[in-house]
Amino acid sequence: MDWFKSLSNVLYIDLTRKTYWVESREELFSKWLGGIGVATQLYKEEVPRNADPLGPENVIIFAVGPLTGLYPLASKTIAVFKSPLNGYFAESHAGGRSALAIRFAGYGAIVIRGVSDRPIYVVIEDDKVRFRDGATLWGMRSTETVGRILREVTSGPGYRAIMRIGRAGERLVRYASVVTETYRHFGRLGLGAVMGSKKLKAIVVVGRKGFKVPDIPTYRAVYDEIYQLAVKSPAMKKYHDLGTAANILALNSIKALPTRNFSSGVFELAGEVSGEKLAETILARRVACAGCPTACVHIAALREPYPEEPYFYKVKFLSYDHEPLYALATNLGIGSREGFLKLLDVVEEEGLDVISTGVVLAWATEAYINGLISEKELLTKLGWGDYESYIKVVRNIVLQPNDFYKTLALGVEEVAKKYGGLDYALAFNKVEPAGYHTGPLYIISLIVGSRHSHLDSGAYSIDQELLASKKPLPTPQEAVERIVEEESWRQVLTSLVICLFARGIYKPEIVEKCLKPLGKSLSTEELKKLGRDIWVEKQLIKYSEGFNVLNVRIPKRVLETPTPHGVVDENYVREALKYFDLIINLSRKLKT
Amino acid sequence: MRRLVVVDVNKCVGCQLCMLACSRRFGIVGYSKSAIWVRSAGGFERGFTIVVCRACKDPPCARVCPTNALRVRDGGGVILDMSKCIGCGLCRDACDIGAVMWDYEVGKPVICVHCGFCVNYCPHNVLALEEVS
Ligand code: SF4
Ligand code: SF4
Ligand code: SF4
Repeated sequence: MDWFKSLSNVLYIDLTRKTYWVESREELFSKWLGGIGVATQLYKEEVPRNADPLGPENVIIFAVGPLTGLYPLASKTIAVFKSPLNGYFAESHAGGRSALAIRFAGYGAIVIRGVSDRPIYVVIEDDKVRFRDGATLWGMRSTETVGRILREVTSGPGYRAIMRIGRAGERLVRYASVVTETYRHFGRLGLGAVMGSKKLKAIVVVGRKGFKVPDIPTYRAVYDEIYQLAVKSPAMKKYHDLGTAANILALNSIKALPTRNFSSGVFELAGEVSGEKLAETILARRVACAGCPTACVHIAALREPYPEEPYFYKVKFLSYDHEPLYALATNLGIGSREGFLKLLDVVEEEGLDVISTGVVLAWATEAYINGLISEKELLTKLGWGDYESYIKVVRNIVLQPNDFYKTLALGVEEVAKKYGGLDYALAFNKVEPAGYHTGPLYIISLIVGSRHSHLDSGAYSIDQELLASKKPLPTPQEAVERIVEEESWRQVLTSLVICLFARGIYKPEIVEKCLKPLGKSLSTEELKKLGRDIWVEKQLIKYSEGFNVLNVRIPKRVLETPTPHGVVDENYVREALKYFDLIINLSRKLKT
Repeated sequence: MRRLVVVDVNKCVGCQLCMLACSRRFGIVGYSKSAIWVRSAGGFERGFTIVVCRACKDPPCARVCPTNALRVRDGGGVILDMSKCIGCGLCRDACDIGAVMWDYEVGKPVICVHCGFCVNYCPHNVLALEEVS
């Protein structure tokens, strides 16, 4: 079958009635390419504005794009759903084998509707979908075990993605993640809880097909060009060598590494948990998403003796990069690599988002030290660096033995509203931030970004560029323009769908070239306009759901702790937000 | 004559660029025409298993073919004559290492011809072409 025709197939799965069907949505894919562009439109069709994120009206949409599997680094799947963490349109990305499996099963998108009456898992194998009983897997303590079992009982190794949730998702922790291929995550915004609410333990996708590209010689030539760029370009070097963990020392040296709940930008033990140190001491294996030569996934080996059994060891393999290191090491004052990995192990087993979990733990530590909560609520003592206690807290976030933990499972905003400490409850629009304290542009981007993610616009690197070039800060209006422009371009990349780590390679002229062999010609101008349109669509959906940048709380802490650009001026941020609001109002008028 | 060899499976990162390259020979994007198969050795943490024809001198697949569609290649391995192949699948069952892949779209086997195209796209030098007599 032809490339675009097969991409236009949308697989609909109804969990309530346990049925499925395929619809060709050529009009959607030809206008919006794929990925986030198409997923946004599907969300608009599917989710009523006041839908309960944990109710039957919410849907889970997975989408890939026209370049998925076609070129190196086009290796990601976009998930779209309504977030149970903040109640708005949400988006989360992951790779592993998910993208190629969906694409080569013959789909451009999958829409999962309804709720099952009992735990199940779904197996999508090329054209067939099977609903399988999930009672035995439900409640299992480790996502790793669930993966192991599903590897045994389903077919298609090598052509397969196994996306699953842990107990955190089952118990509706609002920041539960979905794990795929053990080391990749749809981490942010609570997709795990949405799956849990649908009683959907796992989704296995097997895709073995292949599709014809219209212009084969051109395709091969463009492929070779991208491949050379991917393996030689300095733009990929960082991800290839130390991985994003290289950020730890880099950020620390400019005093922008969030430490002990953002109370400082410098961690005195950064050298112990740096990418360099980890590579030297415990890096054991490198792994890639299907279709990617970079292999940014760094896996560490944790060797632990059994205390009662001499000469018996357990060896666990855990993947690390910058975000887990910030969330579960520097921001909790943990300078022990072993401690960090042990904590990470539990977070992975339970299927929690590592960033949100780390921020929640950091708040709890401070609230405990300040006497807002005591051992009565926490059921343990707590102090910076005390990873053993953090492990207990993580288990209890999942088990929720008392009211305090039930609230902690709702996210840092909710728990601080109830128990106090809002000034140091790090969340923007209820979303716990990633590991940068680089300056005002990053803070603005967390408020205005469509998914409140550091990757929306990568504004942490704009902050760093300004610093390196010793340029003064742009005006707040210019800052917003830059952020929006970058975020708009990223809508193109995530519609195609390209891994955002490859943004240095996939410049507009290259993207134009990549589409040619598919018989699709889009100019740089047209691509940029499309990106902007998708960005507007997303923002307007969120606004229709009640979102407004002027109402987003800015945690005092980020305005107190100096960044490399000094203490951030709140007025600067507020000015930027006002300007952003203007843009949104204008966009809305233009649309109607 | 040359044959494809796996030089060091421990360096494999599971990117599957080799599998994609193999189907790309025919202008196909996907896995349907791939004669090489990379899967995890029981979870990514344990590394990968690469399954591909190792160019046997006395190939069992050729021995069981009822229509003589598989001709033994100089230097080992086989060449498939599509017009003779009836898609019975006996060769697939006969290969001890499972290196006869299956093209589900046409219902016929896919077997490595040791062309070395995939070698050019293995970013970690896991694969190579080797001279054989
Ligand atoms: S760079 Fe990393 S995340 Fe991106 S596709 Fe490659 S392995 Fe996956
Ligand atoms: S040597 Fe040629 S036929 Fe064999 S696996 Fe590589 S690309 Fe395919
Ligand atoms: S291209 Fe090389 S590293 Fe990638 S899967 Fe194939 S053999 Fe392994």
